[in-house]
Amino acid sequence: MPYLVHSPQEREEMLAAIGVESMDALLADIPASLRIHDLKLPRGLSEFETMTAVRDLAAANRVFADRLTFRGGGVYKRFIPTAVAAVTGKPEFYTAYTPYQPEASQGTLQAIFEFQTLIAELTGMDVANASLYDGATAVAEAAMMARVQTGRDEILVAGYVHPEYVEVLLTFSEGRGLRVKRGDQPSAKTAAVIFQQPDFLGLLVDARALTERAHSVGALSIACVDPISLAIIAPPGEYGADIAVGEGQQLGLAASYGGPHVGFIACTKDLVRRLPGRLIGKSHDAQGRRGFVLTLTAREQHIRREKATSNICTNHSLCALAASVYLTYMGEAGLRQVADVGFQRAHYLAERLAALPGWEMAFPERQFLNEFPIIAPKSKPLLRKLAKKGILGGLDVSRWFRELKGVLTFTCTEVNDPAAIDELIQAVSA
Amino acid sequence: MTEPLSFELSRDGAEPPRLPVAGVQAPGPADVLSKDVLRTRRPDLPRLSEPEIMRHYSRMASLNYSISEQFYPLGSCTMKYNPVANEAAASLPGFAGLHPYQDEETAQGALELMWQLERALCQVVGVDRVTLQPAAGAHGEWTALRMIQAYHRSRGDKRTQVLVPDSAHGTNPASAALSGFQVVEVKSGPDGRISLADLESKLSGSVAALMLTNPNTLGLFEREILDVAEMVHATGAMLYYDGANLNAFMGVCRPGDMGFDAVHMNLHKTFTTPHGGGGPGAGPVGVKAELVPFLPHPTVEKSDGHFTLDFKRPKSIGRVRSFYGNFGMLVRAYTYILAMGGDGLTQASLDAVLSANYLMKQVEGVLEIPHGGPCMHEFVASAHNLAADGIKALDVAKGLLERDFYAPTIYFPLVVPEAIMVEPTETESKATLDSFAAALKDIVSQARTDPAALHSEPRSLPVGRLDEVGTARQITAYLTGQSEDPILRWKRPAK
Repeated sequence: MPYLVHSPQEREEMLAAIGVESMDALLADIPASLRIHDLKLPRGLSEFETMTAVRDLAAANRVFADRLTFRGGGVYKRFIPTAVAAVTGKPEFYTAYTPYQPEASQGTLQAIFEFQTLIAELTGMDVANASLYDGATAVAEAAMMARVQTGRDEILVAGYVHPEYVEVLLTFSEGRGLRVKRGDQPSAKTAAVIFQQPDFLGLLVDARALTERAHSVGALSIACVDPISLAIIAPPGEYGADIAVGEGQQLGLAASYGGPHVGFIACTKDLVRRLPGRLIGKSHDAQGRRGFVLTLTAREQHIRREKATSNICTNHSLCALAASVYLTYMGEAGLRQVADVGFQRAHYLAERLAALPGWEMAFPERQFLNEFPIIAPKSKPLLRKLAKKGILGGLDVSRWFRELKGVLTFTCTEVNDPAAIDELIQAVSA
Repeated sequence: MTEPLSFELSRDGAEPPRLPVAGVQAPGPADVLSKDVLRTRRPDLPRLSEPEIMRHYSRMASLNYSISEQFYPLGSCTMKYNPVANEAAASLPGFAGLHPYQDEETAQGALELMWQLERALCQVVGVDRVTLQPAAGAHGEWTALRMIQAYHRSRGDKRTQVLVPDSAHGTNPASAALSGFQVVEVKSGPDGRISLADLESKLSGSVAALMLTNPNTLGLFEREILDVAEMVHATGAMLYYDGANLNAFMGVCRPGDMGFDAVHMNLHKTFTTPHGGGGPGAGPVGVKAELVPFLPHPTVEKSDGHFTLDFKRPKSIGRVRSFYGNFGMLVRAYTYILAMGGDGLTQASLDAVLSANYLMKQVEGVLEIPHGGPCMHEFVASAHNLAADGIKALDVAKGLLERDFYAPTIYFPLVVPEAIMVEPTETESKATLDSFAAALKDIVSQARTDPAALHSEPRSLPVGRLDEVGTARQITAYLTGQSEDPILRWKRPAK
């Protein structure tokens, strides 16, 4: 059988060494009424048959060409350097466990230390953790940090924050004593104001004003940010946010139907002891050699048990490693290049779409980067028409926001070449 | 051997990678955006060429122990071989390239895979439905407790307590507390199993659930599980199964048949998706019929051979993660299940139990085995017998690293002093188990003859024992303004 190592003869030898006749003797503690002898599942397949079955399922999906994908909404098609998969595909990284034994885990530990540094640099914050599950749970964990720090329980969600992030925040808030409200006018009851920059529609918000308003009543400012955008726009650290969170999928991870991706969280010095999840610190051995270790573990569930303020046990190490390779490959100049290219192409596309009859920008007075909302005539049939031509058109955001009827958000990155934009315009106009 | 940080290797003159140019006539950010929106200080990212980057990460990889090269007997972590076919499956363009906001009609293969995986998991653990959304084990625990809470509330029943055995993993009480429950501890009896008398005394109409893992964290099957289930259900409470130890009995018995109402599973343990140095994993939760209305949305439904996502579930606890969970891990687990089949999964558990008992037998007389008798897929030893030589469980762990084995889980469960928790899994050969036992014997004999040498192990790894206390102290110095070095990140040295 696949992946099993004992031969029938070895099984006999092992039973004899234990001093029992059969496996049943080892399973004697299981009440007879519970004992089963097989599972109602098909018999195992050869690797050839397994992969054929799995390939058939993959083929039953329709994957749109990256260059013709203009849909984002939190997951974006971008150029992923081959180096990323070459590193994350190393079994020394992907088959290792959480680095409990630092002497035998320096590769993983150093990679996470580099990730923490990269995220702290990018967000302009003091310290970042080893990563979280995704952007949504990062927002929820940040809200909990604010509650513990301020002793207040109201969380204000300002503007168009990703609707699924808000849904997860609502599920988290039950039981954690958080009251989630919409609005941008904090009061003395407010623990934190959460906003997204750029927001779910791609529009820039006044992060500075939101942060100042939060601080003026003693609340924290939580900025949910797009990591690539930080090559262009002010990072949370520059406008004084207390916690920066976000989704790192764009940093070298495939769309993969929504996961696995990676959440990040970074904060000011004052909040470090409130951070959830793993933290890696610099250390040294008796010979003075530098090494890295899991640290400040007294915050965590395995020490604090029911007094812990987060139950997270692991991180998304391998995805964080992908993000580190991506950011190292790009460097500051490369990151700015892809951010600029997306910006220019999105502005070019917006101008051309808005010039078409019946189309108009949904928020013409607002600025955007590489994703923008636009009112499209007959948006639903239009998306079907585009799909027939192999184009994954804009995202219909009225699904979450009734007031945005007919609004589609389009996104452009470095993978949407000018010819692809022309194809989109032609398909829309036809 | 150590490797410099990417930031230290960085060269100012290194050229940026060649990337696409815009190729359109359009304004750039500086032309459109006002100055206060733009970033002022550039992020200090490393500048390296691709050859340097690849060598940097390859060297770092070589500093790790991993299941691909070492035996990893981490108790409760089920470190088994990660089939390479799983990786190939997850990276198929038909999965990896799929955008989560595509229409369901264009994602039928992905939805069918999720539907099929759910059916298979239902079979393995004996439940009616499974949510695949939780991203990890702890996430699954909390999801299950939220469903149990919603169930009680839907009946107008305000239950405030969750019972957790003293031997439970730390995430259990944390997940219960973060669902808003008061955590009440249930004691283990002298044989390491849950004390029915103590359970009886803690059960009441205020108890929402008992969290249990079976086999328990000592690797022992809770023989009286049917009595436990009856007692718990008689008070109207529910029984939650922590799936950390599911690898013990696939095809041998099922948590659902034991009376568990909610069952979490770790796909990264039992179903061979890799641990990735700490994640991503996946922590699906299976439930019996009465909890089905409360499952997180969306669920995957099938009608007339067509698969859909159901978002209209009025009693749902809501979303616990964006999109549909760690889909790539679901692909890996499904691939594994197809390859193994019902017959292979059953044999895998039988072999896991056989290996654990065989290894326990080899270790008897070397270390203490506080709770003897047949174990399931793992056993707990104790280094207590080495205390007189000044040797602790930690020293045994470091001695194993020196001998090219990863260390077992140590100091857990908390109920065993100097605990050493060993889980060999079904993918380690008899020869590997023998050499591991020999290494333990060698360590114990060294403890007797030269304990000081053992204290200085590991000696031949990239680094020796690290000053963890010093690290925590230096962080405190940073946080209190007495030092400029954050310790938790690299900082460019002042010129």
